[in-house]
Amino acid sequence: MSVLDQKLDTDENAGSDMIQYVTVVIGGQLFGLPISQVHDVFVPESVTRVPMSAPEVAGVLNLRGRIVTAINMRRRLHLPPLEDEQMMAVGIEYKQESYGLVIDTVGEVLTLPAASAETNPSNLDRRWAEISGGVHRLDGQLMVILDVDRLLGAMFTEPMAA
Amino acid sequence: MDDLLREFITETNESLDVVDVELVKFEQEPNNATILDNIFRLVHTIKGTCGFLGLPRLEGIAHAAETLMGKFRDGAPVTQEAVSLILISIDQIKDILGELEAAEGEEPQGDDSELIGKLEAMSAKADEAMAGGGSAEEEAAAPVEEPVAEAVAEAEDSAEQTLERPLRPGEVSLDELERAFQETEIEVEIAESVVEEIEEAADEIEEPAPAPVEPKVEAKAKAPEAMKAGEAGEKKAAGGGVSNQSIRVAVDTLEHLMTMVSELVLTRNQLLEIVRRHEDSEFKVPLQRLSNVTAELQEGVMATRMQPIGNAWQKLPRIVRDLSQELAKPIELEMIGADTELDRQVLEMIKDPLTHMVRNSADHGLERPEDRRAVGKPEKGVITLAAYHEGGHIIIEVRDDGAGINVDKVKAKVVERGLATEAEVEKMTDSQIHKFIFAAGFSTAAEVTSVSGRGVGMDVVRNNIELIGGTVDLRSVHGKGSSFIIKIPLTLAIVSTLIVEAGGDRFAIPQLSVVELVRVQTNSEHRIERIKDTPVLRLRNKLLPLVHLSQLLGIYEGEDVEKAIDADNGFIVVMQVGSQTFGVVVDGVFHTEEIVVKPMSTMLRNLDMFSGNTILGDGSVIMIIDPNGIAGAMASHASSSVAESQEDEHEDLQSKAITGQTSISLLLFRAGDPEPKAVPLSLVTRLEEFEVSKIERSNGRDLVQYRGALMPLVYVNDGDSHKSEGTQPMLVFSDSGRSMGLVVDEIVDIVEDRMNIEVGSERPGVLGSAIVKERATEIIDLGYYLPQAFEDWFMRKEMDIQALTKKVLFVDDSSFFRNMLTPVLKAAGYDVTTCVGPAQAFELLENGDQFHAIVSDIEMPEINGFEFCESLRRDPRFRNIPVLALSSMVTPASIERGRQAGFDDYVAKFDRPGLIAALKDVFSGEMGAAA
Repeated sequence: MSVLDQKLDTDENAGSDMIQYVTVVIGGQLFGLPISQVHDVFVPESVTRVPMSAPEVAGVLNLRGRIVTAINMRRRLHLPPLEDEQMMAVGIEYKQESYGLVIDTVGEVLTLPAASAETNPSNLDRRWAEISGGVHRLDGQLMVILDVDRLLGAMFTEPMAA
Repeated sequence: MDDLLREFITETNESLDVVDVELVKFEQEPNNATILDNIFRLVHTIKGTCGFLGLPRLEGIAHAAETLMGKFRDGAPVTQEAVSLILISIDQIKDILGELEAAEGEEPQGDDSELIGKLEAMSAKADEAMAGGGSAEEEAAAPVEEPVAEAVAEAEDSAEQTLERPLRPGEVSLDELERAFQETEIEVEIAESVVEEIEEAADEIEEPAPAPVEPKVEAKAKAPEAMKAGEAGEKKAAGGGVSNQSIRVAVDTLEHLMTMVSELVLTRNQLLEIVRRHEDSEFKVPLQRLSNVTAELQEGVMATRMQPIGNAWQKLPRIVRDLSQELAKPIELEMIGADTELDRQVLEMIKDPLTHMVRNSADHGLERPEDRRAVGKPEKGVITLAAYHEGGHIIIEVRDDGAGINVDKVKAKVVERGLATEAEVEKMTDSQIHKFIFAAGFSTAAEVTSVSGRGVGMDVVRNNIELIGGTVDLRSVHGKGSSFIIKIPLTLAIVSTLIVEAGGDRFAIPQLSVVELVRVQTNSEHRIERIKDTPVLRLRNKLLPLVHLSQLLGIYEGEDVEKAIDADNGFIVVMQVGSQTFGVVVDGVFHTEEIVVKPMSTMLRNLDMFSGNTILGDGSVIMIIDPNGIAGAMASHASSSVAESQEDEHEDLQSKAITGQTSISLLLFRAGDPEPKAVPLSLVTRLEEFEVSKIERSNGRDLVQYRGALMPLVYVNDGDSHKSEGTQPMLVFSDSGRSMGLVVDEIVDIVEDRMNIEVGSERPGVLGSAIVKERATEIIDLGYYLPQAFEDWFMRKEMDIQALTKKVLFVDDSSFFRNMLTPVLKAAGYDVTTCVGPAQAFELLENGDQFHAIVSDIEMPEINGFEFCESLRRDPRFRNIPVLALSSMVTPASIERGRQAGFDDYVAKFDRPGLIAALKDVFSGEMGAAA
């Protein structure tokens, strides 16, 4: 398992400035979430719609007795909805509340040096830039770091302003 | 902070609350020895414990206060001043206690010598006043002492001691201590008459944990324990069931327990749901058992959270007493049902609103004593607090017998504050007016007092109550008093809800606000009717406003809206929020379910339609509807539909610019033929019905007396006649004091529709036929009928030669408006030429036709009014002709746009007098300029 390998890697690298990321794919783009923030990965089922909520709120669902607010990341990133395909969700905690980020697929766990992260390119779509904490150059592709605080924080203030 | 101290603080706080209440009672009945003994004992306990715990400041105050109270016991006259002083001391003790708690047991620094000095001075005064009052004490004490024979000797001793040697400041009152002991035993015995109980009490007395250092201290330490036993006994006697074996449990522990039980209930529901699906499951029996146990557990835990509402009322007697003095109004506070129990959480939340309402009643509600006397009421005002159970709710009533709400005053204030217009206010019922006192920033108190009138109040009260899912209602009778009725759920944690479906989603509606369910079908007795798209239901002779839940929540998107809303089969959940009753249309109703409300995530908390969410038995999450949110939305929905229709109108105008049609209100009626006829509603002054007998005939025509004048009747078709009996409906058209009645058979409807005259008419009196409400309808030409009533209708007014010579060009693409306004302009004495658009207008102008003014529509195809005017202004030949804009869209922006385009004036299309006035204006201006 690559995850295990990565784990060993981290152990070896413990102490140095390495960050582990859970990678996810949203609309073909690779994103990374700091592993410390990811609580679980699950298949979102029987999501209850919440009328009148922000468009990116997919609804609420029951995850082992907890009510989780699901956020449709494709809508959050202004991407077209995914057709007829099983979506996945990443469970995170934010301010003592459970949220689920609905994404396309979950990838692997990567351990990357914090120093190698680059700031957002200045021409990045503003809507993306506001939830991106930087970019990592990987072999063959780029990984955008999802900044959970900014992602959810922005959604807290937005409805208030509206 | 050690446990002992913590215990002390909690206990003392409780005792002080009791002292507050008792003191107020005592002030009213200074001769009631029992009350005094009660207070005395409590203060004494505090003093004793303070000394034991090494809290000199507290001890000092308590001691001084106790000394003063000792004087009362000894027969000193009870003055208001003295009671106030003791109350102040008690407040001071509370303050110190608060700081003590905050400082983790460190007694705060401070100097109480002034207060103590006052207390001592008061004691000294009491001493002087006491001459000869000593015997009263013995009488008072005697009945208490009698029951226990063995105690009598001692009791007499102590009584004598008290008599002979009144307490001096700083003295340890051993006699009082002994008395306390005796009374404890006596009361327990009276209350229980059971030997075990006494033994238990005795056990407790012997129990004090801290090791006594010396006998004196020991006695002090014992005293509080003795008090406790005494109290417990008393409570038992009063409450009839409170065990004297109680323990203190931290609220957190209970809360946690409650949460866990809630989870358990949810899981149980889930299991039940699963078993329901498998018919003969072996789990059935044990699950039934689990279900029962859970229910019992839930009940048990709920019981631990229950507290008598009296706890929330404890501070009120004191507040009322203070207010009574401050406002110089004698007030009596009556409390009924103080032992009604409700959830601790709810209790906490209504404490402040209740206090506020009582203050309000005292300040605004009750009149001054002289006013009360004047209207024949007893001088003393009564505020009544009553609590009782009703269904799953608690009803709390705050009632006063004061002046009631002055509706006129409220009205004036409402208008002044701009909350409603005068016209709106006039139409409202008294109870609607009363509602305004819950509006933010509203206070009818003419001036701001320290008590109330600052305008923060009833709205906050209402918000607080609504926050816990309660409602507050107001009933008031002028001169008799007002009463606030608060309805709150027993508990917040578990709610009984009705599960409904709307737009494919399920929602939970709290049953608290559900009054009934009505099934509606298009062909049944109950069916949804509409007044201009607004659905309503006739329910027991009342009209119930309806709203589709799916529409309210905006679940439908796109084309589905029409389809879904048109389906009038479904269920109506009749809800009541406050005094607002309305129906919510849902697609289906499932069942009721007890649910545990879970707060929504912060991200969703701004949705006021929902109060929370929960997990249902089948494991899915469901949103819980907030009835208050719905009620609020009902109100704003109505206004938004106005906005929408305005938007629609706007869109109509835009589409009209292309198709040349606009949506207007039409009055549909029948006259002569069965075919419907229509006339623009804006032209009709009133709809009237006259008794046929009132119709008179004179000079060959029918007339009725109408508003002091004769009104000629006109028939739609020649040869028609009015009905022979009953009442005759007619449309009344009035202008400049003259009226005409158009006799019709029946008034059918008022519709909002596009009036597109498809087939023109050659027949006089009919403009043409249009499709109205999917039926061919004749549009009546009023210009034909008006002169039938008064031949000079169009000729008589403002007819001057000057005006006649004025030629006006009227440009409008809509034949309807051309037909409607041309007679109006002609009537005003202008020579009118019409044309269907700017192109034709230019043609006429180029041909050399002279016009004194141009009236132009704005919304026209090809060239709109603005462009038309701009091109007129560019041409030097036409630059000086006054141009008036005529539009159905009158907004500041469009007026500004019109001004920029060069229009001299901008008039609303239906504002006929406005048009005439504007024309007069431009001509008078012109003449002025010419002269």
